[in-house]
Amino acid sequence: MSAVIEEHHDDHHHGPDKGILRWVFTTNHKDIGTLYLWFSFLMFLTGGCMAMVIRAELFQPGLQIVQPEFFNQMTTMHGLIMVFGAVMPAFVGLANWLVPMMIGAPDMALPRMNNYSFWILPFAFSMMLSSLFMEGGAPNFGWTFYAPLSTEYAPPSVTFFIFAVHLMGISSIMGSINVVVTILNLRAPGMRLMQMPLFVWTWLITAYLLIAVMPVLAGVVTMMLMDIHFGTAFFSAGGGGDPVLFQHVFWFFGHPEVYIMILPAFGVVSAIIPTFARKRLFGYDSMVYATASIAFLSFIVWAHHMFTVGIPIAGELYFMYATMLIAVPTGVKVFNWVATMWRGSMSFETPMLFAIAFVILFTIGGFSGLMLAIVPADFQYHDTYFVVAHFHYVLVPGSVFSIMAAAYYWLPKWTGNMYDESLGKTHFWLSFIGVNVTFFPQHFVGLAGMPRRIPDYALQFADYNMISSMGAFLFGFSQLLFLFIVIKCIRGGKKATSQVWEGAHGLEWTIPSPAPYHTFSTPPEDLREAHG
Amino acid sequence: MYRAKQCKWLMTLSALLFSSLFFSNLALAGWSDVNMTQGVTEISREVYDLHMFMFAVCVLIGIVVFGVMIVSMLLHRKSLGAQPANFHEHTGLEIFWTIVPIVILVVLAIPATSTLRAMYDAGDSDIDIEVRGFQWKWQYTYLNDNPGEEVKFISALKTPQEEIHNQANKREHYLLDVDNPLVIPINKRIRFLITSNDVIHAFWVPAFAVKKDAIPGFVHESWAVVEEPGIYRGQCAELCGKDHGFMPIVVRAVPQDEYDTWLAEKQEEARQVYETVGKQWTMAELMETGEQVYNQTCLTCHQANGQGIPPAFPSLVGQGLTVGPIENHIDIVLNGKSGTAMQAFGAQLNPAQIAAVVTYERNTWGNAMGDMVQPSKVNEMIQSGQ
Repeated sequence: MSAVIEEHHDDHHHGPDKGILRWVFTTNHKDIGTLYLWFSFLMFLTGGCMAMVIRAELFQPGLQIVQPEFFNQMTTMHGLIMVFGAVMPAFVGLANWLVPMMIGAPDMALPRMNNYSFWILPFAFSMMLSSLFMEGGAPNFGWTFYAPLSTEYAPPSVTFFIFAVHLMGISSIMGSINVVVTILNLRAPGMRLMQMPLFVWTWLITAYLLIAVMPVLAGVVTMMLMDIHFGTAFFSAGGGGDPVLFQHVFWFFGHPEVYIMILPAFGVVSAIIPTFARKRLFGYDSMVYATASIAFLSFIVWAHHMFTVGIPIAGELYFMYATMLIAVPTGVKVFNWVATMWRGSMSFETPMLFAIAFVILFTIGGFSGLMLAIVPADFQYHDTYFVVAHFHYVLVPGSVFSIMAAAYYWLPKWTGNMYDESLGKTHFWLSFIGVNVTFFPQHFVGLAGMPRRIPDYALQFADYNMISSMGAFLFGFSQLLFLFIVIKCIRGGKKATSQVWEGAHGLEWTIPSPAPYHTFSTPPEDLREAHG
Repeated sequence: MYRAKQCKWLMTLSALLFSSLFFSNLALAGWSDVNMTQGVTEISREVYDLHMFMFAVCVLIGIVVFGVMIVSMLLHRKSLGAQPANFHEHTGLEIFWTIVPIVILVVLAIPATSTLRAMYDAGDSDIDIEVRGFQWKWQYTYLNDNPGEEVKFISALKTPQEEIHNQANKREHYLLDVDNPLVIPINKRIRFLITSNDVIHAFWVPAFAVKKDAIPGFVHESWAVVEEPGIYRGQCAELCGKDHGFMPIVVRAVPQDEYDTWLAEKQEEARQVYETVGKQWTMAELMETGEQVYNQTCLTCHQANGQGIPPAFPSLVGQGLTVGPIENHIDIVLNGKSGTAMQAFGAQLNPAQIAAVVTYERNTWGNAMGDMVQPSKVNEMIQSGQ
């Protein structure tokens, strides 16, 4: 710490420290962004390995590779790691790298807290993953951990899971406070809110969602902890509690949570499509309002995950109507992206390919979401592979594709080198084919009656499960190519210009590539092109 | 219901449109592999129509939106020399594509609401059946004002372990076959009263469009009027632990007279079981029945060799309960052990079965306690509330 201060006085180079301690003690938003992104990629591969185990077991009917106990641990850990370890930290990493550069700020507002909020994560996930090696095994009750399966009937490792979730929650809350404070206080003088890039807007709204719901998650796991160890009965009917209470509290967190994983993706796509269409984003204002509307609606639709728990008809109708309403602002966003592309001058570099695939495949996930909102039909869809197909369509070719699009789009700015375009396109097409072969057939088996979270299935589901598994292996192994492309780009390649992309607008494209260790030590004055 | 009729033409039209557009060349035989079943109740057909209607609407919207995107991607390319236009906002358009989806949603919501109201119509029922979920089987109780004639039985997976572990060929209805199916008469209104003994399960029969969570401590209801005789298969639809994938539901819908004969037989069996509790059993009888009960009820956790899967499912061989005082052994089997996966089997097994299985566990796999329990002793413990 003191070394950094001294350096400030004596040396105008302002470079990073040397060695491993640079990463441990860093308060630089770019370093922390890099840490978040690498951590999230590591978790993506870890959760991906678990998905490979799941799909290998489901390749054929019968139990071949793992036993049901371990299968349940795999589905649970896969979900938890992908949600909390891969997708969320990736977006926080992007926010760290990009928000200060997009609003003309020198760094995040709370740099030391930024360091803490990252370094909590490796401990949280080490603790959670260590439960795989504990007596009784890892958590096996699904990523939604419904009581009483996760309380009275849970393996002893549930306590470690609860503590890990608390740590992740603390990290997320600190990270989102940092984002809010940065955006509200550190914008370049003269930058109005309605002048911010959409990525900054979506992250501002996401950060508020996180601050609102992570404490609810902390509350529900604390209630579990009390039930397990301290004799309370929040979720036990035998003691006067209610197992359904768990689901209400969990989904009051859980539904905003799924928007936490998609709103920043909207921001990424809203940055990329205008660049490669060489045309301004259509309907900027309505995009901001639509994002805010989606965030608001996310708080009032939680029980649509619980249509089969025996809610009275008035409740079912309310949650159905409210859920259907989400289609309106979501539709506005999709129409705006299409209008941005319309009569543009498009080229199809890798980020654009991922962004267009995002719009199409996310919309397909939106369609199945609309179908799931219809209560009578949901009674047939609920807890089948149709649901699995739905949320993987919005999360994998949705959130994950947007993260990959962002990585390709800003990689030249981060590293100063262009990535290998033909390898990038290969990665895109392998991923695109893999994702659809994996998840599209899951709609079919779900409709035909295959429940989710089962290690073995009836014979009529065999063909589509085999196809789905083959797609999953293709998608999974394609990600090693992504790793190779990123490493290759870091090590060298064609030098990138400041603007990198012909149609790119925004403050981050006014600074050199690679972005210097410290940027905007004096605020930018020309804000005309702040949001492209 | 009149509202349902109003939109029936809409749904029929779009379902027709859709099916002729996309699946006219698909063999009808392959249909059930990729789509929802139409089922065998009025409600299930309404749900199917609703599903197809929504699907058609989504496909049409998809064609329009993706069509515009694809045209744009083909025509407005830099490589074709396209020059970017300058427009970037249009309030009229924004209002237009806010209003149109709202109108579509209202059109979707109307039939959905009327179907849901029909499903929630809690009219009088002809037969009430309690459906109780256990880890990992179902118990069906035909509620009867006369407790002596109450028919109650457990329905568990019949698929042998050899088929699951690929040591034998998988037969038809693999994982979807049970020892004792639920039997109901056709054209009668059956009310299912759904609850659970341990964790949350979900009772799901796709052909009836019935799916309701079975929640410990709460009873929820659902109903069906089945129109065609047949065997209908479903599965538990809520993750309930290790063998969640292995607790199917099989319903046999039969004509009324066949149902009456079946019920009379079951009621007679129930009376006989009641009488066996009073009789003195021999060791051989207890061991024989005990083995059956063990294989049906205890084996999934404690395993065929009694070794269990520690620590969740402890071994029964040469240690603990099975070689300790017999009262404790009966008590745990009857009342379960809180905080563990060991359930209270007093709810699912009759006193004779409990006596038999306790005797069996104490005298097999090398356990040689030599003692035995009579059903009357178990009954005494139940009566005294132990």
